[in-house]
Amino acid sequence: MTTAANADFAIDVQGLHKHFGQKHVVNNVSLQVRRGEIFGFLGPNGSGKTTTIRMMCGLLKPDSGSGTCLGYDILRQSAAIKCSVGYMTQRFSFWDDLTIAENLDFVARIYGIPNRRETVRQTIADLGLTGRARQLAGELSGGWKQRMALAACMLHNPKLLLLDEPTAGVDPKARRDFWDELQGLAASGISVLVSTHYMDEASRCHKLAYIAYGKLLAQGTAAEVIAQQNLSSWAIYGDRLIELQNILRNQPGVDQTVIFGDGLHVSGLDAAALERSVQAVIADKALRAAKIDTGLEDVFIYMMSGTADNFRGET
Amino acid sequence: MSRHGGFSLSRWWSIVGKEFLQLRRDRVTFAMIVGLPIIQMALFGYAINTAPKHLDTAIISSDNTTITRSFIWAMRNSEYFKFVGELPNEAAGREALAQGKVLFVVSIPAGFTRQLLRGERPALLIEADATDSTATATAISALNGITQSVIQKELTGPLAPLAGAPAPFEVKVHQLYNPENITQYNVVPGLMGVILALTMVMMTSLAITRERERGTMENLLAMPATPLEVMTGKILPYIGIGLIQATIILLGARFVFDVPLFGDIGAVYLVVLLFVAANLTVGITLSSLAQNQLQAVQLTIFYFLPNLLLSGFMFPFQGMPAWAQVLGNLLPLTYFNRLIRGIMLKGNGWIESWPSVWPLIVFTLVVMLIAVKTYRRTLD
Repeated sequence: MTTAANADFAIDVQGLHKHFGQKHVVNNVSLQVRRGEIFGFLGPNGSGKTTTIRMMCGLLKPDSGSGTCLGYDILRQSAAIKCSVGYMTQRFSFWDDLTIAENLDFVARIYGIPNRRETVRQTIADLGLTGRARQLAGELSGGWKQRMALAACMLHNPKLLLLDEPTAGVDPKARRDFWDELQGLAASGISVLVSTHYMDEASRCHKLAYIAYGKLLAQGTAAEVIAQQNLSSWAIYGDRLIELQNILRNQPGVDQTVIFGDGLHVSGLDAAALERSVQAVIADKALRAAKIDTGLEDVFIYMMSGTADNFRGET
Repeated sequence: MSRHGGFSLSRWWSIVGKEFLQLRRDRVTFAMIVGLPIIQMALFGYAINTAPKHLDTAIISSDNTTITRSFIWAMRNSEYFKFVGELPNEAAGREALAQGKVLFVVSIPAGFTRQLLRGERPALLIEADATDSTATATAISALNGITQSVIQKELTGPLAPLAGAPAPFEVKVHQLYNPENITQYNVVPGLMGVILALTMVMMTSLAITRERERGTMENLLAMPATPLEVMTGKILPYIGIGLIQATIILLGARFVFDVPLFGDIGAVYLVVLLFVAANLTVGITLSSLAQNQLQAVQLTIFYFLPNLLLSGFMFPFQGMPAWAQVLGNLLPLTYFNRLIRGIMLKGNGWIESWPSVWPLIVFTLVVMLIAVKTYRRTLD
């Protein structure tokens, strides 16, 4: 690996493997995250996202594989990585029984931040929590907890943020504010690796990676990930879509049917067969069908069901 | 077919099944459920003996005759005394008592038999370590009967006139260290160890398990703090708590129970620090074994119970059967009890304390090694 490559990438890891006992939790994962990029990490629960993130921030040692994080070797320089990376755990992992100010002050002390008091005071002011600095962190609402956690992760001015499902259980408004903040950070040159289950969040990422059962299945921009799957999609609008879904499910060319709020999405690899099936089904009914661009969500649901089958086939 | 209100057997049964499943997975709790009654039964059923026998006794004999030998035999036959050796002089006797090697020293003065035969009513001296009064009281009260039996057996024929009242010789008992047999003298210093053991172990194991249970440990370790920093930083406050507890008990001993402090106060705190260190290492080890806070509490009790029962705090150490004494000798509280009672009640110094100090140091080092090993394993 050249130094030029290191300078370009905040994260550059190859062939990561991790076993927990007999379970192969992370299987040959390679990732590259450019500096200043928001990189979305997607995949079902238990797919190995958290373990991969832990390996990149130096909490876990991979069984095999290599790579760098901010130019530091993930195998040998975990101490240096910890100092320049901000890691936000999946669960709120600050101290419920400390106040907001105490939590931030503790983090600032651990990182040995110069001008500690002023930095903490400023951070609390930026959060808009000046009046509530003495409130216990455990009493904060979900959205505020996330904002406090992000602020705590940002105290030491990390160049890379690793966020593990930061918006799980947070209301839509708070989620959007959180993402506005993330995009602001990325614009200032900070790289962000964020795992999520939300499609609206995935679509706000510059790059995406999809992982299932420890294996990386797709990587690239949203458009690239969609294109890689080669799916054609139709949307059908009308009444009694559930019945229609049951009929369509077994038609030639139909690989996936999903009902969204606005209609029934039907996707398949064989575009011609799919079109024939869709047209045949709606022919004598008061339904309207339109060819649509395959969405990210269609693609992810397709990948998720596909890998589940593969996994069962293996065992 | 299913009833919504009322009691549903199938619903109830599924809850029972689930509970068993969870219990089976929670191995530590399961082990506790089984282990605790077994251990309690063993301890209360076999180990604890409130009328202890075979108490270690040394002899300083300056007069070896049929009568003195008969007296020693009678003491031995009473089963309360076990003769472990002969000492050259009184100074050696005092030293053995101070170090807790023996509970009794029997001194037979020179010319005892001759004086007895002349009808001069000589005295036999028995010095007893009365720090733990329950241990020695029964044995001392048995001495009267022993004396009578010797008189009846030995003073026959031409010596018979000597057997009349008053008794031809006297048995003087000196109860050392705690002449009035005040139980508090023994219990209050012992209580310090019991309280320290419980709080130190429970607090440290809880503090560390809590971090893990709430997920904050992951956050801590993702920060630049090293595991060693986290561990030592977390236990330091508890050393302070231990010193505060020791001080409270010392003040209570002094001003409420009037327990004397013959030894050096600095020595008391030094011993307390050593004992606190021993218990903190235990706490860290337990926290590595426990998955959650409840298990940490259970493990603490599991550790604490034998400490309470086998350390000589609740029941006389010498009164326990040999195997229980062996177990007791593995526990730090046993040594702490000896140390703190020795320093406070006997005025023991460094030399008398050393036999109980080094086992504490060894215990601390060994458990620290185990703690480091188990802690590393839980990281990955």
